[in-house]
Amino acid sequence: MFDQEKLKSLQERRAQWEETTLQKTLDRFPERMESFLTTSGTPVERLYTPLDVADLDYERDLGFPGEYPFTRGVHATMHRGRLWTMRMFAGFGTAEETNARYKYLLEHGETGLSVAFDMPTLYGYDTDDPHALGEFGKCGVAVSSLADMEILFDGIPVDQVTTSMTINSPAAVIWAMYIAMAEKRGIPMHLLGGTIQNDILKEFIAQKEFIFPPAPSMRLVVDTFEFGSRYLPRWNTISISGYHIREAGSTAAQELAFTLADGLEYVRWGLARGLDVDEFAPRLSFFFNSHNDFFEEIAKFRAARRIWAREMRQTFGAKDPRSWLLRFHTQTAGCSLTAQQPENNIVRTTWQALAAVLGGTQSLHTNSMDEALALPSEYAVKIALRTQQLIAHESGVVNTVDPLAGSYFVEAQTNRLEREVYDYFRQIEALGGVIPAIEKGFFQREIAESAYRYQMEIDTHKRTIVGVNEYVEDEPIRIPLLEMDPQGYERQVARLERVRRERDNERVGATLEALRQAARGSDNTMPYILDCVRAYATLGEIMGVFRQVFGEYREPTII
Amino acid sequence: MSDKKIRVLIAKPGLDGHDRGAKVIARALRDAGMEVIYTGIRQTPEMIAEAALQEDVDVVGMSILSGAHMALFPKVMDLLRQNGLDDVLVVAGGIIPDEDVPALRQMGIQGIFGPGTPTDQIVNFIREKVR
Amino acid sequence: MNDELVRGVLAGQRRAIARAISLIEDDGAEARAVLTALFPHTGRAHLVGVTGPPGSGKSTLVNALALHFRRLSPPRSVGIVAVDPTSPFSGGAILGDRIRMRDLAGDPGIFIRSMASRGNLGGLAWATADAVKVLDAAGFDLILIETVGAGQAEVDIARTAHTTVVVEVPGLGDDVQAIKAGILEIADLFAVNKADLDGADHAVMALRMMLDLNSGGTHTVLHHGRLMTVAGGQESKGAGEPGWRPPIFKTVASRREGVAELAGAILAHRAYLEQSGNLAGRERERAAAELEMILQQESLRRVLACTDPAHLAELIDRIARRELDPYTASQQLLGR
Repeated sequence: MFDQEKLKSLQERRAQWEETTLQKTLDRFPERMESFLTTSGTPVERLYTPLDVADLDYERDLGFPGEYPFTRGVHATMHRGRLWTMRMFAGFGTAEETNARYKYLLEHGETGLSVAFDMPTLYGYDTDDPHALGEFGKCGVAVSSLADMEILFDGIPVDQVTTSMTINSPAAVIWAMYIAMAEKRGIPMHLLGGTIQNDILKEFIAQKEFIFPPAPSMRLVVDTFEFGSRYLPRWNTISISGYHIREAGSTAAQELAFTLADGLEYVRWGLARGLDVDEFAPRLSFFFNSHNDFFEEIAKFRAARRIWAREMRQTFGAKDPRSWLLRFHTQTAGCSLTAQQPENNIVRTTWQALAAVLGGTQSLHTNSMDEALALPSEYAVKIALRTQQLIAHESGVVNTVDPLAGSYFVEAQTNRLEREVYDYFRQIEALGGVIPAIEKGFFQREIAESAYRYQMEIDTHKRTIVGVNEYVEDEPIRIPLLEMDPQGYERQVARLERVRRERDNERVGATLEALRQAARGSDNTMPYILDCVRAYATLGEIMGVFRQVFGEYREPTII
Repeated sequence: MSDKKIRVLIAKPGLDGHDRGAKVIARALRDAGMEVIYTGIRQTPEMIAEAALQEDVDVVGMSILSGAHMALFPKVMDLLRQNGLDDVLVVAGGIIPDEDVPALRQMGIQGIFGPGTPTDQIVNFIREKVR
Repeated sequence: MNDELVRGVLAGQRRAIARAISLIEDDGAEARAVLTALFPHTGRAHLVGVTGPPGSGKSTLVNALALHFRRLSPPRSVGIVAVDPTSPFSGGAILGDRIRMRDLAGDPGIFIRSMASRGNLGGLAWATADAVKVLDAAGFDLILIETVGAGQAEVDIARTAHTTVVVEVPGLGDDVQAIKAGILEIADLFAVNKADLDGADHAVMALRMMLDLNSGGTHTVLHHGRLMTVAGGQESKGAGEPGWRPPIFKTVASRREGVAELAGAILAHRAYLEQSGNLAGRERERAAAELEMILQQESLRRVLACTDPAHLAELIDRIARRELDPYTASQQLLGR
């Protein structure tokens, strides 16, 4: 892209600049810090010029939006054609309360739903299970049966709005409840659009909500790929996630590398099942974090698209261009928000959201300012939603596709991250692949070390966090916090008991037994799960069958 | 010759699996010369009390972000007392709303460290209280 | 207070056991008094050392073994001492072996204590042997002692334990660790753990080959990677011991596979020691090793106790400057 002669003279000019103009300034006053690091700890140079991207080839490295390698975006018109989905992750207490919050958000302009489930649900326990003591409704909504799912989406047109559900080990069951709920309303499954997170590999690596060992867990995931490719063409059966890996303390490169490695592993398992790659790959989706370092994050998203496209096309030989597309949802970084001076979080979330938009995200959740304190109040979540709307309509950044392309800095960062990702790919391969690497604790160790390094940077004041180690104030928190219904737990338990009483328990027993047989064999479990769900078997009962058949996983904790 | 080491149990009660903070604290305490018995996630109150007893720890540190602290911490404190471990320093971290702090102090939890607490603050607190 | 503590330990009271071990870790006159009182009550427990390289799954294996012993008829009570290295920089440690022993939680017939090596070269805390005595006096049937295999630690374990299990894991390169570290001679049993991985059979074969080389008239031992022929004698444990050929087991501890067989062999080894009369010999070796260790500690302590630290510092400086040699210096100190 650059003329060799011109580059050579530029090199000389740069050296000249360093010796004269730059030196004069440095002599007057040195730079404020010895090194300037990204949030991930990578040093950033003072200046980027064409010399830093001398090998850049527009066609090969960037291409046109909507065309391989998709560096500039997955669609030709990107946000000019369609704005990203404004999808606010929400859920707490009982289905009634959360249903009200969904209606509030839709009223205020969100364009897609996103369900947060409580701890017991995430672990496949019914609300009244002893394991669930004290955990009901605290970080999401409790869903123990189809009855709860029906209330959760009461009055919401699920044939018109897409729903993303953050659920992993029990994903197939919760998905079945959603499908059954729509079915009861006369909405056929092939019309349903949405996503289940269903990314079990990152549970082993970061979020730790695993239940069963890796092999049976992956079997359940591939069952959903197969079922989805056949019956729910509009549904993303997985959201391969880096968000949680980043929240656990990884660097941007680790987030990217580990997520993409997981993604490639899922493709391998799908192929091992006998599926054609183009049958299920178009419905694989991703979920990334958008952290503080503005340009590093943008570069990360662009590198993600390019790497995935290349791997899908070259390594797996996918023919359908839709298989090469890396479509992703983004959430701004929860771990970057502070309990101190919560209003500052609105500002952090804003530039993080901006990075996601400039990075070409398809869907976005912006955190509320009270993130470090509690689940969001209506007041706080509205501001977070407005943040997206302000960016979309007033900032002008959406007027053109991938505006930062060609920036020497951004392209250099994109290239750098890509190199680091391939470096990690080699390390993972040397360990025998993703699952062996998980069992050897490779990912967990990398993440724990990055997390520690970051904390040490803060503790030693090498890294400034406003309000935490600089500009500290001694003020009490004055923002209104979310109050949950104190009767929620009783209501939920009562409903659960009523469901167990009023359903046809013989039918429940039969469907659970059929599921057990299917789980022991090699049938796709989805149809069996659907049967159980329709009969109002509870989440705990269905997951209980899996627990018995698959056993529970003990993680090799690496600290 | 060994000088007295401070032994600290770090545990995550309940279902919450977010162990970034607990791991960072464990390392920081190790780097401060303490012996850290790190029990990991999914600890029941019974498991925590049992470990505290067998390991004869000076400090029990619990990390929880799920909001279930008001249900789980009292159980832990109760079991510690039952096992004669009243003199153990109990500290907690994670997401704990200000309004719950007085009740937790009443229970005997002496240090409550919210998000953003520098690790050396926790180290110093432990050093002062244990001596 | 000590009497109460001793009584508590002998009665199997968990608080007393825990406190007694802490007392021992902190050293001091009180600790020695307690140990003296407890010593006559020791000698009943079967001491089993479990050692191997990091990542070999020792903790998971110990967990599985303990579970197995608890399920026998009659159930055996099990004490577990898990040792992890102390950081040479900070003096602190992260003791993370309990994590893999979730299955044992809530069982009154199990006691788990995590210990840091506290600066002992190679990794076996000198207090570990004493902590083991507390558990022995408290009446546990078996005591599993788990440490990281690093060379010296294995030898220490062998001196403390009746039965030493060396854990290998396939795929750590062409040579099995045991051969590399020269610890072949201390193993009474081998467990090739994570045997579902590639290379498990190769590891078993390699161990078998090495053991074969050791059997027969002349006593061949593997010493730090080199084969050495020694004349007769009982100087090496395990591989060199006549009558007991160390069996090799394949285990997948995370799935409890092969564990019953290994556990059975551990118990069989103890029976063998008793029947063959080797137990007495082992006890004697242990007593000698322990006495030597304590004498070393005590002598050092006494010498330092009557040495002015300033004088010691001066001697050290002079040695560093090559004005004095350490041999002469120590003679000086001992002469006092």
